[in-house]
Amino acid sequence: MSQFILHKENTRGHANHGWLDAHHSFSFANYYNPERMHFGVLRVLNDDSIDGGMGFGSHPHDNMEIITIPLAGAIAHKDSMGNSAVIKNGEIQVMSAGTGVSHSEFNANADEQLNLLQIWLFPNKKNVTPRYDQQTLDVAARHNNFQQILSPNADDAGVWIHQDAWFSLGKFDEGFETEYKIKKAGNGVYAFVINGEVTINGQVLSKRDGLGVWDTDSISFKANTADAEVLLMDVPMELN
Amino acid sequence: MQTTILYIGRDTEITAVMNRLLNARPEWKGLCVCKNEEAISICKEQHIDLVLLGNGIDHESEIEMKNKLLALRPGLKIIQHYGGGSGLLYGEIMSALN
Repeated sequence: MSQFILHKENTRGHANHGWLDAHHSFSFANYYNPERMHFGVLRVLNDDSIDGGMGFGSHPHDNMEIITIPLAGAIAHKDSMGNSAVIKNGEIQVMSAGTGVSHSEFNANADEQLNLLQIWLFPNKKNVTPRYDQQTLDVAARHNNFQQILSPNADDAGVWIHQDAWFSLGKFDEGFETEYKIKKAGNGVYAFVINGEVTINGQVLSKRDGLGVWDTDSISFKANTADAEVLLMDVPMELN
Repeated sequence: MQTTILYIGRDTEITAVMNRLLNARPEWKGLCVCKNEEAISICKEQHIDLVLLGNGIDHESEIEMKNKLLALRPGLKIIQHYGGGSGLLYGEIMSALN
């Protein structure tokens, strides 16, 4: 029988630093909740709003798969591998930190708010060579469809990472119903509602709610509003 | 009372950041090194509450170091530190100590 955990939007960790308004679905920085440490290998789901021109100066990472999805605005990224790029809404960025990498992330626009999701997954292999990638996604392909935006396979749709994880984004018409089949036995799905209201496995979810489901091979999905937009993170439940 | 935390990682920049982060909290005392030998030497000389294993330590080296540290301090808590910065640090340490 499937199991689930519901994280309502207003139960997330919250830190307002002025220039940065951050909501944490799982323990992060000074937000510590022993009941919210991870969902399988999904360790961080941060929903950050960053003022124009502001951001994070150069800082290091290691042994983590870091995925950034801008929801509004654009990010200016620079890293110690020599990458310098702007990632905007409709694109996805991935960084395998591996043995260690430093990067900076700033709101690329001085007069526009940046809203992004930053997601960290534990890798399935430690100390890999650091790597960076970004892709432009075909936004139209996610209309009434869970569009795959990330996988473990370099030749599959979306970016790839060092983990048996698949991410999908969908934008749905009111009343649209479908089923999502979990990609690998032993994986669970963490659904995060970007916009609108949806029902997943009988649970009604509003904007920025999260629902983790596991011990199942599929989930049922229905869009309750016209602007329903959801990110599904299909991840191993066992830590490597 | 301070909690003494020993961090071992191969990247000098990350090790310097970890040193700054650990010692920024008055309740923690951070000792951060890049080499196994340094870690073992520190462990011989003083009490350590928790060991964080950072980046770049290969599997064989990790096993060898863990065995040596546990031989010196049976029951010593040794955990993996992920992320290389402040994001996960507090949660990792709190979880390990509790």
